[in-house]
Amino acid sequence: MNRTLSRWKLFALHAGLSLLCAATLYPVLWVIKLALSPTQTLSMSANPFPEAVTLDHFRDVLGSTDAQGRWLFGRQLLSSLVVSGATTLVGLTLAVTAAYALSRFRFPGKQSGMQLLLVTQMFPATLMLVPLYSILQKLNLLDSIGGLVLVYATSSLPFCVWMLKGYFDTIPRELEEAAIMDGASPGQVFIKVVLPLARPALAVTALFSFMQAWNEFILAATLLNDTTRFTLPVALQRYVGEYKTEWGHFAAGALIISAPVMALFFALQKFLVGGLTAGAVKG
Amino acid sequence: MLFLALLSASIALADAPVLKLWHGYRGGEEQAIEQAAKAFTALTGTQVELLAVPYDALSSKLTSAIPHEAGPDVFIFAHERLRQFHRMKIVAPSVALDRSKYLAPAVDALELDGTLYGYPLSIKCLALFLREDRGFAAPTTTAELERLLTQAADPSKNQFGLAYEAGDFYFHAPIFFGFGGVLFKPDGRSQFDTPAMTSSMKWVKSLQDRKLMPQEVSGALVKTLFNENRAAVVISGPWFTGEIDPGVPYSIHPLPIVSDTGLPMAPFLGVEAAFVSSRTRQPELAQAFAKFLSLGDATVTRVTLGRQIPAELAAYENEVVAKDQMITAFRAVAERGTPTPNTLEMARVWEPMKLALRAVLQGGVAPEDAGALADRRYRALNREAPPTTSPLPWIIGIVIGLLAFVGYQLRAGRGTSFARRFPEAGRGLLYVAPAATGLFVLVIIPFVIGLSLSLFHHDAGDYTFVGLANFTDILTSKGYRITEPLSFYFTLVVTLVWTLANVVLHVSIGLFLAILLKDPLLKLRGVYRVLLIVPWAVPNYITAMMWKGMFHQQFGAINAILGHLGVEPVSWFTHWTTSFAANVITNTWLGFPFMMVVSLGALQSIPTDLYEAAEVDGASKWTQFRRITLPLLKPALLPAVILGSVWTFNMFNIIYLVSGGEPGGGTDILVSEAYRWAFQRNEQYGFAAAYSVLIFFVLFAWSQVTKRLSGAEPA
Repeated sequence: MNRTLSRWKLFALHAGLSLLCAATLYPVLWVIKLALSPTQTLSMSANPFPEAVTLDHFRDVLGSTDAQGRWLFGRQLLSSLVVSGATTLVGLTLAVTAAYALSRFRFPGKQSGMQLLLVTQMFPATLMLVPLYSILQKLNLLDSIGGLVLVYATSSLPFCVWMLKGYFDTIPRELEEAAIMDGASPGQVFIKVVLPLARPALAVTALFSFMQAWNEFILAATLLNDTTRFTLPVALQRYVGEYKTEWGHFAAGALIISAPVMALFFALQKFLVGGLTAGAVKG
Repeated sequence: MLFLALLSASIALADAPVLKLWHGYRGGEEQAIEQAAKAFTALTGTQVELLAVPYDALSSKLTSAIPHEAGPDVFIFAHERLRQFHRMKIVAPSVALDRSKYLAPAVDALELDGTLYGYPLSIKCLALFLREDRGFAAPTTTAELERLLTQAADPSKNQFGLAYEAGDFYFHAPIFFGFGGVLFKPDGRSQFDTPAMTSSMKWVKSLQDRKLMPQEVSGALVKTLFNENRAAVVISGPWFTGEIDPGVPYSIHPLPIVSDTGLPMAPFLGVEAAFVSSRTRQPELAQAFAKFLSLGDATVTRVTLGRQIPAELAAYENEVVAKDQMITAFRAVAERGTPTPNTLEMARVWEPMKLALRAVLQGGVAPEDAGALADRRYRALNREAPPTTSPLPWIIGIVIGLLAFVGYQLRAGRGTSFARRFPEAGRGLLYVAPAATGLFVLVIIPFVIGLSLSLFHHDAGDYTFVGLANFTDILTSKGYRITEPLSFYFTLVVTLVWTLANVVLHVSIGLFLAILLKDPLLKLRGVYRVLLIVPWAVPNYITAMMWKGMFHQQFGAINAILGHLGVEPVSWFTHWTTSFAANVITNTWLGFPFMMVVSLGALQSIPTDLYEAAEVDGASKWTQFRRITLPLLKPALLPAVILGSVWTFNMFNIIYLVSGGEPGGGTDILVSEAYRWAFQRNEQYGFAAAYSVLIFFVLFAWSQVTKRLSGAEPA
């Protein structure tokens, strides 16, 4: 790499990057403006900064209650957190064990199983909804948080397993063999040696599982029938009517929903670069 | 005494039955129904749990939940879907209904083969809103209306006479009927290519051409124009009274008589009713509750708080209601209305009519050809069920295939013992078992069922085996030309162009940014990276809604920016190219950060001494990029590109929420088309599944190609 960038080049680089960042952030600023403006409608203006500021929309969304006077937003937030947290935990546990086995052991059906995982990803998810509904009814898991968690955890499994397997493949086996020499049990090797080494990939996988559950909305809207257990995206859907969209409430809600995911993203972004590509390079 | 009463009340409350009510109301209507439910609880001690679902999602939620015993006891819906609900066996007859208590057309709308379903709550129809401060008399004929509009409009000042959502058939229907149009002949068949269709289209088009009404009107524009006094007349329903600014003087009148025919413009009459679910465990209570909502104080609450036009006759005698001009005006209008047919065929009229209407108003099709266009689309959507065939050959084939597979596996394993071939099989399978079980039940089984659904025809809960008929219909493009948006090949080409455009943009922008950002000495590098990653963290349906708003013709930021640059506002979703571009722009914004991050990671793994060596050899930057960067990026970038292309190929949310397939389904991709067949065109699950299987084949073929490309397993 060229170590001595000329002053002009540096200036051009910063100017270009700032411009690109501005273009990227413009839509987000526009949503922030909608959320802070006092009206419910869109306004014809290119200016991404609000002319008048009010927190009314945030107050309405955060303070929403139901007919019985229960604090809806609080319950829905809790529901979202429980669903996403449990999905991450269940999904990661299942994915880690399966990916480790796929990376280290030979057993019948391994190759075809992995191919099958990939193949199911190519079938549009919406059409799986119809049979899924009947299966969940048979399992008595309709309209339940548990059912939703299981569906989320399993539907993100193929991606998680593939990513983790790719990463495990890059971890040299010699380390495990050395630990076994030192008298560690296979379980200990897995938990004490392999998992810590795979931290970047685990972080990225966890982030994706969490994000998928936190953001998903079609399944949640179909499977849940109780307002107090809705996840936040389903609650947000209420502000977007067929004939009338409450843009102010929608924008405020959208920001509230996006905030935790963004925070997680920024917290984990140093893993993102390594965790994503290390597995991918190896395939 | 009081103590006893309280005690018994609390006991009653403790094991009181609970009724579930689902509805699609918002705002005042929602408050009214909540209040009415509370009144019922106070009266009977029965708790009511309410669930508000957005109206467009309510119907599919009802039809999937009720047959699976997960639905409500009572639900509120418009009567148009009654026939469908009845065929899916989710509504119970309204046994406690007293016909004489309601407006006659409201009860008629709820009748099916001599049986009544549901308790009518309110009626909705279109009327004429006139601004009182303009000094015009209410027009009674279209000739009078046109005279009024010519006086009221002033194109030079951006003033119009009339505003209504002309691109929607619900609004065009009264005009269509006024010109003598008939939707269904007595034998139930329909034919839209008629003189009435042509003349009604011509009339509307001429209003638009003479600038008496604006182009591409949305509900939001109607509101703005009326409130700003830039439209003297508006055609809308009861809900519009809530949109009018306080202080704007207006009056409500019946729609005029069409001068050419002498027939009144008869609007569709929609009846909202409280239906009792066929699967309720407390039928008496549910019937009592539904009836309670439709009568007496509950009606008054719905009228005063929810601004509904009541179906109950006695309500009009109520003092408060009688004085309410809006309510009484709408009752007069409703008497001219015809209930929307509650047939299955009616549900399939909207899409073809909307297509024809928009094509005429946008000038793509002459009014004379509109009927033929609607006819063709109507026939295509009303697929006749393919002939039923025997599944026996299939079953035999599958059994033989399975046996052959098992036999082959056993043969392959012969010779070496199992334990020697797989020494770690036990542990491996143990580790995989939990994930495999979950996957099998919740992914593999639905996947296999989804695949096999494509061999069936679905109609209102009944499946019949039709073999490959769905596939032959799709692949021979039965009922429409190959070049029409409804054809599989057209949609496939759109999908491929869509995928290619997106992936190229994602990779080039992502790679470009990664190269700019890779220098570790660059100041603020972390900040730039964080800011550029933001779109990835935003949920994609929010991204879609946000961009949909930004592309709004009148109020969107994009047109505002273009305005500053001196460009005329673009109507993004009326032309294929702009509509497609809007989708691509949205998806590019959402997708480039992923490629940027992948590229960054890959770039960092390229040793810098390679570049230094190249520098020494005098290689130009471009040569360095081509000879060093690209080849070394390939192993990391290729899997990401493959993954990205599969994601983009099936990117339902963006297409569905941004362009919605406009214009005329032209920008739909295969997944959104499959979704429409499954959930918007009478639940043709089999046909939709066949679409999905074809999507699956295309992607499978693509994965085989990429396997070759990467020379290894794709990740």
